[in-house]
Amino acid sequence: MTDATSTRLADLTAVSAQLRADRAVRAKRAALLKHVFLIAASFVMIYPLLWMVASSLKPNDEIFGQLGLTPSDPQWSNYTSGWNALPVSFTNFFWNSAVVTVLSVIGNVISCSFAAYAFARLEFSGKTIWFALMMMTLMIPYHVVLIPQYLTFLQLGWVNTYLPLVVPRFLASDAFFIFLMIQFFRQLPRELDEAAMIDGCSPFKIYWAIILPLSLPAMTTAAIFSFIWTWEDFLGPLVYLNDIKDYTVPLALRMFLSQDSVSEFGQMFAMSVLSILPIILFFVIFQRFIIRGIAMSGMK
Amino acid sequence: MSIRSKLRRSWPGYVFLTPWLIGFFLLSIFPILASLYLAFTDYDAVNAPVWVGLENFQYMFEFDYRFWQSLKVTFLFVVLSVPAKLIFALIVAMLLDKGIRAVGWYRALFYLPSILGGSIAVAILWRQLFNADGVINSALAVFGIQGPYWLSDPNYSLYTLVVLAIWQFGSPMLIFLAGLRAIPQDLYEAAEIDAATPSRKFFAITVPMLAPVIFFNLVLQMIEAFKSFSGAFIISGGTGAPLDSLLFFTVYLFNEAFSYFRMGYASALGWVLLIIIAAFTAIAFWTSKYWVHYENERG
Repeated sequence: MTDATSTRLADLTAVSAQLRADRAVRAKRAALLKHVFLIAASFVMIYPLLWMVASSLKPNDEIFGQLGLTPSDPQWSNYTSGWNALPVSFTNFFWNSAVVTVLSVIGNVISCSFAAYAFARLEFSGKTIWFALMMMTLMIPYHVVLIPQYLTFLQLGWVNTYLPLVVPRFLASDAFFIFLMIQFFRQLPRELDEAAMIDGCSPFKIYWAIILPLSLPAMTTAAIFSFIWTWEDFLGPLVYLNDIKDYTVPLALRMFLSQDSVSEFGQMFAMSVLSILPIILFFVIFQRFIIRGIAMSGMK
Repeated sequence: MSIRSKLRRSWPGYVFLTPWLIGFFLLSIFPILASLYLAFTDYDAVNAPVWVGLENFQYMFEFDYRFWQSLKVTFLFVVLSVPAKLIFALIVAMLLDKGIRAVGWYRALFYLPSILGGSIAVAILWRQLFNADGVINSALAVFGIQGPYWLSDPNYSLYTLVVLAIWQFGSPMLIFLAGLRAIPQDLYEAAEIDAATPSRKFFAITVPMLAPVIFFNLVLQMIEAFKSFSGAFIISGGTGAPLDSLLFFTVYLFNEAFSYFRMGYASALGWVLLIIIAAFTAIAFWTSKYWVHYENERG
């Protein structure tokens, strides 16, 4: 190797090292730019919620015309006075919401896992047709079936009770959850059922002792979504509950708006914050399940 | 197989299916048929329904300007909100896709609004954000822009709901993320060797490979947009005000049924909504064969 070629070679390595370093710097800069953009975007996304929390602690004259998020003198009293600002206390509304939500979650998990087990694991005549019909109900807008359902419940004397909100959940009325669970059940190895069947287990035993215990993540996901949607549900309670004593939290919040002059914005925001607090808590604790649930079922 | 042995094999399936079957007939089939019947009647929920033939539909199409207004508002909402929502969802999903740090945090923060967006608390909040002296106008004022009266000016009111819908781009974003992960990386590596530009990579690889997911999100978000109710109901004070500019189809239907007790007419409206949603889903499926390519049928 001559001297000249070795210097050329050294030059080349230097150049390529320089190029590689350049590329690394550029990649780093791109990543930094990405983070700056994403942080700015997440701030914009979260800002309305932060503003709501801030406003719940502000005196009325500080709420509007201000972008700031720090109340000059935090008014914790907004929470205590807001709790009792309506003719019925929020203790009542939260209790009502809790009753409806807990019963709905139980109903959804039991009835939808039954149907999902049948569709995912059992053979029966007419299965394909029933499955297609079940998937079609996903598309039906609630507004279309609402009127005849209302008229039926009116006949039964169920209006102004929680029955129209809860009983349908025990009849697997949310096909979305059936679909979600079917997706999950299908991932469980078939050999488990077959082995159990050979050992003489009935389908009921298999459901109870094998499928359910192995599907806790799916059940949790369904329970969480069911909780969130029932807790936030507005149309159902709006149609079926007319007595303020029976109101759920969303209906109560709406009363802040329908009062002639909303003079107490701070109280309204305070109760709004409390109303979404359970959802945020659930989200923080069960985020993993929620995000996987969406990826698995591709919905909402 | 004889019918008997078929039945014997089938019965556990039907036992497990029973709650759903009861619900299916009582809460879906019966109400759908009942609402079809009611659509041809005049019914106030007190006196027996009176058969009026096609009168409800005739009135709807020929004279009911609020029906046409509600259709216009709803379509406008779908057209303005769905594409923008999907574009945001795709941009953010692509930024989060390539092994970025703290991806879990971003994902959670971007998804949070989707989970809260349907609540009344957020609808109430939105009303205040778009108040004449609310946050939006204060922010615009920083840039020297005089914001409009969002809530009382019918030319602007719909945008409050469009922004609310776009704010909830989290779930299509998560679905896009899952879709992006499924694209084989060697396609991008091959393109890099050919010195393809980022935009060429996007249109030649990402878009066609992601087409089924885009299509899925499009259909789903369209249906959701047609059905949306609470936001418009709360922000318009329950009536579709100002000047019916927030008269979503669902809000109109709700008021016909439960404020004026015109159950027959409201049922007719319900069937129109059902047909619109079914038609749009069918169109989306039908046109999908021209632009959606599933990976396993390449060629």
